[in-house]
Amino acid sequence: MSQKIRVVIAKPGLDGHDRGAKVIARALRDAGMEVIYTGLRQTPEQIVSAALQEDADVIGLSILSGAHMHICPRVMTLLKEKGLDDVQVVIGGIIPDVDLPKLNAMGIRGVFLPGTPMQHIIDYITANARVRVEPV
Amino acid sequence: MKSVVDRTETRKGRWEREVVGPALRRSPERPGPFTTISGRPIERLYAPEDVGAIDYDRDVNNPGEFPYVRGIHPTGYRGKLWTMRQFAGFGTPEETNQRYKDLIAAGGTGLSVAFDLPTLMGRDPDHELSLGEVGKCGVSIVSLADMERLFDGIPLNDPMITTSMTINSPASMIFAMYLVVAEQHGADWKKISGTIQNDILKEFIAQKEYIFPPRASMRLITDVFGFCSKEVPKWNTISVSGYHIREAGSTSLQELAFTLRDGLEYVQYGVDAGLDVDDFVPRMSFFFNSHSDFFEEIAKYRAARKLWAGAMKNRFGAKNPRSWQLRFHAQTAGVSLTAQQPYNNVVRTALQALAAVLGGANSLHTNSLDEALALPTRETATIALRTQQIIAHESGVTTVVDPLGGSYFIEKLTRDMEEGALHYWDTIDRMGGMVEAIERGYPQMEIAEASYQFQQAVERKDKTIVGVNDFRQTDEKPIEILYIDDTASDQQLARLADLKRTRDHDRVRRTLDALKDVARGQGNTMVPLLECVRAYATVGEMCDALREVWGEYEEVPVI
Repeated sequence: MSQKIRVVIAKPGLDGHDRGAKVIARALRDAGMEVIYTGLRQTPEQIVSAALQEDADVIGLSILSGAHMHICPRVMTLLKEKGLDDVQVVIGGIIPDVDLPKLNAMGIRGVFLPGTPMQHIIDYITANARVRVEPV
Repeated sequence: MKSVVDRTETRKGRWEREVVGPALRRSPERPGPFTTISGRPIERLYAPEDVGAIDYDRDVNNPGEFPYVRGIHPTGYRGKLWTMRQFAGFGTPEETNQRYKDLIAAGGTGLSVAFDLPTLMGRDPDHELSLGEVGKCGVSIVSLADMERLFDGIPLNDPMITTSMTINSPASMIFAMYLVVAEQHGADWKKISGTIQNDILKEFIAQKEYIFPPRASMRLITDVFGFCSKEVPKWNTISVSGYHIREAGSTSLQELAFTLRDGLEYVQYGVDAGLDVDDFVPRMSFFFNSHSDFFEEIAKYRAARKLWAGAMKNRFGAKNPRSWQLRFHAQTAGVSLTAQQPYNNVVRTALQALAAVLGGANSLHTNSLDEALALPTRETATIALRTQQIIAHESGVTTVVDPLGGSYFIEKLTRDMEEGALHYWDTIDRMGGMVEAIERGYPQMEIAEASYQFQQAVERKDKTIVGVNDFRQTDEKPIEILYIDDTASDQQLARLADLKRTRDHDRVRRTLDALKDVARGQGNTMVPLLECVRAYATVGEMCDALREVWGEYEEVPVI
């Protein structure tokens, strides 16, 4: 049996609009993933530390406030520092088109804009989450 | 099929049997489900028997008469149109000041300030959580100096200009700043009008911009009620808000029930603080969402007026008719806007705005077509305002009061919404009140569930969203959006550093200490806050002083 994909859903920054984060957390859980929702107002340090402690395969960031170009680079740098390079980072929220290439360049390829079907996000994560080595 | 005629059969029953039945056998209805956007089942027809239990004089009555189902003004919009109040704010105070001047020049009749997240959360731009947030979602206001810049050249002593400020946890601090600027403009506090949102309960329930624990937060609010009843009698001290509850994914009914129950909680706390109902309730106002399901929204507004009138008169014994009259601002549903084919949003917004007008909104904000992508540009903000002007001046709907009154469907739906809300009130009353219900996570869980159910309905295509789960387009060209860079942030950080070098430090410390003393003991917090503001203490410093005394709220997230 394959292990469940472990996902940390986080809301960085000061914004409290958590409908999207909560709906996606529940949809991923219903799709059979192990979901940890951090709650609101997490610093990049707290998010990466949660990913480390929870042995996450995926970090899902929900950002609507426009702070993504500050928060994402910091999360990616911290992941590298902790040796968590293989943790897949995806982001959902309000992201202007001009920022997409910049996010891709820092290694964030799963960027989900308003109106993305849940199934699309579930499929993307299933296809792209790191492959776990089963303990013998 | 029945072989014997049922003597108790209603006219509608007969029609269903004799007319609808055969028609359905010839050509069936669409698969449905025939429900509102909130999942409420809707019958194919409403007829006299659906409104048989409704007594016009007692349950509906004429506009301007209790229980105000048909509106609080006897002449509807023939007397005064609604206030066209466009919510705006971004970047530095100077940039937002310019947008206000543009809106006034375009015929806007009220100002509405959107603050950035650090301001809303009581953090200065140099706090670590403010990283990347300064000036992004609204205007950055750090100290009185920024408030002076925000209203530069906009005379606050002009009675034609009323300002609404969407601020909650630090509402008293921002309000104190506004009062000091108004004073600088030569305005008399006794004469100025405007609104602060000041609604903390919906922050715990939905929008989550809380700072202090619930009971301390409620004290700040009752202090504003008490202060204004004496010093700023025309100010709307609170805008009890369902907008954010709906945006968080609630149903229309939940929005109605929770918002009004929040309102009752504020009234109860005010009474418990020793205030007379009729001294502060007339200055309470409401703020509702205007979502996509046209008739459900209209029924919601009509039911809201009736519920409030009844509760104020019977539950609280209010004597002043102004206490019974629910006044509300409406905003079209941001959550309904799509990033796909954004021009379609103009049409969505127009329909939602029409629902608000047919429901008797006293003021209205229409969203701009690009708001699923970014804050609006000057051009899209103008189209949004024009949408209201077209409804007001071209559609003809403003010539008659409550034109949908008497519609079997609307009256029945209004009654159903009212009964559903009363049921929710009972549940919350049994928990001990709204503060207790929030502490148990009750409204939060109800909303999370509704929001998930709606998302599932969209995934199943039970609900169609044009351009999103149907009628998609693959060759869309991107539209030009407002991109807010870090200039505002850099400038606000530099100004903050400068302010901290030049102001009178002793005075700042003394006024903050006085604030803490009042917060620990008795007294109205507005009084020391005004002194902090005059000393140019920052929003972050004032909130930190209160954090020191009251602590911070942390929620247990529910998914």
